[in-house]
Amino acid sequence: MPLLQFTDRGIYCKRAGIYIDPWKPVDKALITHGHADHARYGHGHYLCHHHSKPVLQLRLGTNIEIQTVTYHESINVNGVTISFHPAGHIIGSAQIRLEYKGCIWVVSGDYKIEDDGLSGAFEPVKCHYFITECTFGLPVYKWRPQKEVFDDINHWWQKNKEAGKTTVIIGYSLGKAQRIIQGLDTSIGPILTHGAVENINQALRNDGVSLNETIRVTADFNKNQLNGSIVVAPPSAAGTTWMKKFHPYSIGIASGWMGLRGARRRRSVDRGFVLSDHADWIGLNQAINESGAEYVIATHGYTNAFARWLNEKGIQAGVESTMFEGELSEINEGSGGKAVNDEVQN
Amino acid sequence: MQRFTRLFNELDQTTKTNQKVEALVDYFQDASEKDKIWTIALLSGKRPPRSVNTNFLRAWAAEVGEIPDWLFEESYHVVGDLAETISLIFPQSQQTVNRSLTYWINFLKDLKTADEVEKKKQVIGAWLQMAPYERFVFNKLITGGFRVGVSQKLMVRALSRHTGIEENKLAHKLMGNWQPENIDFQEFFFSDNPEEDLSKPYPFYLAYALDGEASELGDPSLWLAERKWDGIRGQVIVRDQKLYVWSRGEELVTEKFPEFGILKDKLPDGTVIDGEILAFKEGKPLSFNHLQTRIGRKNVSGKVLRNAPVVLMAYDIMEARGKDIRNLPLMDRRDKLEALVYEANCRDVLRISEIIHGKDWDDLAHERKSSRKYNSEGLMLKKKDSTYKVGRKRGDWWKWKVDPMTIDAVMIYAMRGHGRRANLYTDYTFAVWDKDRLVPFTKAYSGLTDQEIREVDTFVKKNTIERFGPVRSVKPELVFEIAFEGINKSTRHKSGVALRFPRMHRWRKDKPASEANSLQDLYALLEP
Repeated sequence: MPLLQFTDRGIYCKRAGIYIDPWKPVDKALITHGHADHARYGHGHYLCHHHSKPVLQLRLGTNIEIQTVTYHESINVNGVTISFHPAGHIIGSAQIRLEYKGCIWVVSGDYKIEDDGLSGAFEPVKCHYFITECTFGLPVYKWRPQKEVFDDINHWWQKNKEAGKTTVIIGYSLGKAQRIIQGLDTSIGPILTHGAVENINQALRNDGVSLNETIRVTADFNKNQLNGSIVVAPPSAAGTTWMKKFHPYSIGIASGWMGLRGARRRRSVDRGFVLSDHADWIGLNQAINESGAEYVIATHGYTNAFARWLNEKGIQAGVESTMFEGELSEINEGSGGKAVNDEVQN
Repeated sequence: MQRFTRLFNELDQTTKTNQKVEALVDYFQDASEKDKIWTIALLSGKRPPRSVNTNFLRAWAAEVGEIPDWLFEESYHVVGDLAETISLIFPQSQQTVNRSLTYWINFLKDLKTADEVEKKKQVIGAWLQMAPYERFVFNKLITGGFRVGVSQKLMVRALSRHTGIEENKLAHKLMGNWQPENIDFQEFFFSDNPEEDLSKPYPFYLAYALDGEASELGDPSLWLAERKWDGIRGQVIVRDQKLYVWSRGEELVTEKFPEFGILKDKLPDGTVIDGEILAFKEGKPLSFNHLQTRIGRKNVSGKVLRNAPVVLMAYDIMEARGKDIRNLPLMDRRDKLEALVYEANCRDVLRISEIIHGKDWDDLAHERKSSRKYNSEGLMLKKKDSTYKVGRKRGDWWKWKVDPMTIDAVMIYAMRGHGRRANLYTDYTFAVWDKDRLVPFTKAYSGLTDQEIREVDTFVKKNTIERFGPVRSVKPELVFEIAFEGINKSTRHKSGVALRFPRMHRWRKDKPASEANSLQDLYALLEP
C-alpha cells in the first residue's frame, strides 16, 4: 500500500494516522498553509508551520487544538518521519515531506519559485513521489519578475495621484495583500487597507512579522484622508458600495489570471497586473525536475494537460481530484460566490 | 510599431468611450501619415492580405515554444485567441527593435509570395524582436479581427477632432472600397468632394421596447400602429438624380441593393425616406434568413436577386422637395409619403407600410398576435402628432413585440467562450426529449447573468462526462427555458428545425431534466 492515499476526506497517511489539508473533519490534520481550501474547520488536531498559526486562529478560532513546527524540524509518528519545508506561496506555507522506510513523498500544497521576500524561499525537496498543484499548468502562464510588476503598479499609483485619483488594488487578503503592501513605494502616499486585509496584517504583526505601515479604512473614514493614497482590498470588495468612499478612483487587480486578455476584459477593471503566488509554467517544471520525483500526482489546476505533458517527457504522472480550488478558482475571479472567495488564491 | 501597440493597449484597457477617443486623438497626433491611414483601415475592419496560413503559425509557435501541438491547442482553448496564444507561448525576447506599423504591413505583403521555408524564417525572426504585447498585435495583423471596442463612429469622432473635418463628411469619405496602400492622408481627407453633402443622411429616430401595457399609452385613436418589419432599417436618399441607400449602422449600402436603382427616376429630387429593407416575394415578406443571404456579400449575383428580391417598406419621410420636414406631425409626413409612393408607382420595390386599424387596444393586441403570419416581429406604435426625432428617445414611438416562443430544454454540451468569456464555459448546446433520448436542437450563449454563468461554469467543470477539445459533454441535469423569435424546418440539423435568435430566457432550477419539453412540442411550434 502506498504511503499516501487519496480518500474522500483528503490526502491520507494510514501509517501515521494523519491527513494533509483534509476537506472533511478528521482527528489529525497537517496543514500546508492558511488558505481556506487547505485549512478547514472541524479537525481534532492541527499541525502547521508557526507562521500559519495566527492565521488559523484568526480564521478558525483560538480554541482549536494547534501545534506548530519550524521548517526542517522532524517529527516521527509510528515510523513515519515528517518535516515541513518552505513553499514560497504565502507566509508560513510549507511543502510537507513524509518518509517511511526510505520512500519519500512530498505534498507541495501551493507554491511559487520566486522569492517574494515575505513567504520564504521555495526549497526543492528530493523525493520519489511529488504531489503538485498546477493551477497555472499551461505554457501561456509565465510570470515576469515581481520587481517589474511592482514598478508598473507604483507607476500607475503615481499617475493616478497626479490625476487626483485614489488607487484601489485588489488582491486576496491573506498573502497577496501583504506581498503588495511590501512592494509598494511608500514615498508616493499612504497605504489604506480593507478590514479583511488589516485583520490578517494585525495577526501577522502580532506574530512578529514586519510589514509597511497601513491604515485601516473604518466606518467613520473621512474622504479628506485619501490624499493620493492606495487602497488594498480583497476581491469581495470590488463593486460594492464600500468602494464609493474612494471616488474618483482607478482600480486594478493583481492576479495570475490577469495574464490573459479575456480575463482582464471580463473583470472590466482599469488595470490587470500579472502577479501570482503560484508557480508559473516554468516554475512548475523546474520544481518537478528538481524534486527528482519518479512519479508526480497533479491535484488542482490544468491537471490533465499537465500530467500528459509530464508523461510525454518521460516523467510518470497521474491526476487525483481533490477539494482544492483548482480549476474552480477560475470562477472565483468574480465578486460574490462563496465566503472564502477572497482567500482563494489566484 | 510600439506606438500602435500602445494605442491598442490603451483602447483595450478602458471601456469608457471618452478615454478611447482621447487615446486615438493622441495617437493621430504622434503617428506618421502612412501609419495613420493604416490604423484607420485596420479599425474599419480592413486588413492586409493574409500572407501566412494560421496552421503554420500554430506549428511554428509550438516549435519555438518547445511544446507539442496538442498542448498548444489546449492552451489556445483556454486563451480563446490565437494571436494571443502565440504571443504568450513564446520565450522572452532578448532584444526588441522598433519598426513602424507600415513597415510590418509591407513586410507581410512581401511575404505573400515567399515559400514556406522563407515565411517561417521571416515570421519567427519578427516574433523574436518583439515584446509579448507587440507580438500579439503583430499576430493580429496576420490573423485579422482587431476587436478593441472601437466603432467606426468612435474612430470618426477622434479623426474629426484631429482633422477638424465634420464627422458626417468623414464618414462618407471612409465609405466604399478605398485601398489604404494608395492613399495620401492629406489628399484623402482634405480635398473637396461635392457628393458628401448630397449623400448626407439624417440620424435615425429609434424606438424603445414598450415595457408596460399598451393600454397605459392612453387613447388608442391618438396612436398609429403598423407592423414591425423584420429586415434592415434603411434610409433612401434621392438628390440631384443620384440615389444613396444608408443602413442604420451608417453604412452606405447602395450597391448591395441594385433593385432600388430605379428609384432615382421614380422619386423627385430632394427626397429622403425611412423604411425597412425587406426580402419580399409574391406579395409578402420573406423571413430574415433570405435577406441574410445578401448581407455581407461583395457581389450580388443574379441568383440571389431572384431568390431574395428586396423592397423598401416605407414608413416615414424626413425630406420632401429638398426641405427638412422632420418637425411636421407624423400624420402630415405620412400624407406626403403616401402621395410620393403612389406617384412613384413601383410596387415591386417601393411599398408603404400599411396602417393597422383597431378600435381599441384589445383589437390591436389581437393584430399583434398574428404578427408571425406576416413575418413581422410585432407592432410599432407611433404617436400621430410626433415629430421625427434624433436617436433613441422614449415617449412617442414604441416597439410592441410579440412574446417569444419558448421551450424547456436540457443542457448537454458546453463550450468555452472566446474573448472576454475565454476560459469560462459560456456556450451551450440544448436538447429536447425524443422518447427516452435527448436530441440536440440549438445552441445558445446569451441571456444569463455573470453570476449565473459562473454557476453553470462550476457545474460543467464538476459534471463533465467527456472532453472533446474545447467542448465537454455534461450530465443532462440543468434545464433552461429557451426563447426564440422563429422556427423553421431545416435539413441541416439533426433535430430537423432551426431557430431564430435563440437565447436563455430563464434557468428552470425548479425543473428536473425529465420534465423538459419533447421534440413533438418543438414541431408543434413550426409554422404551417
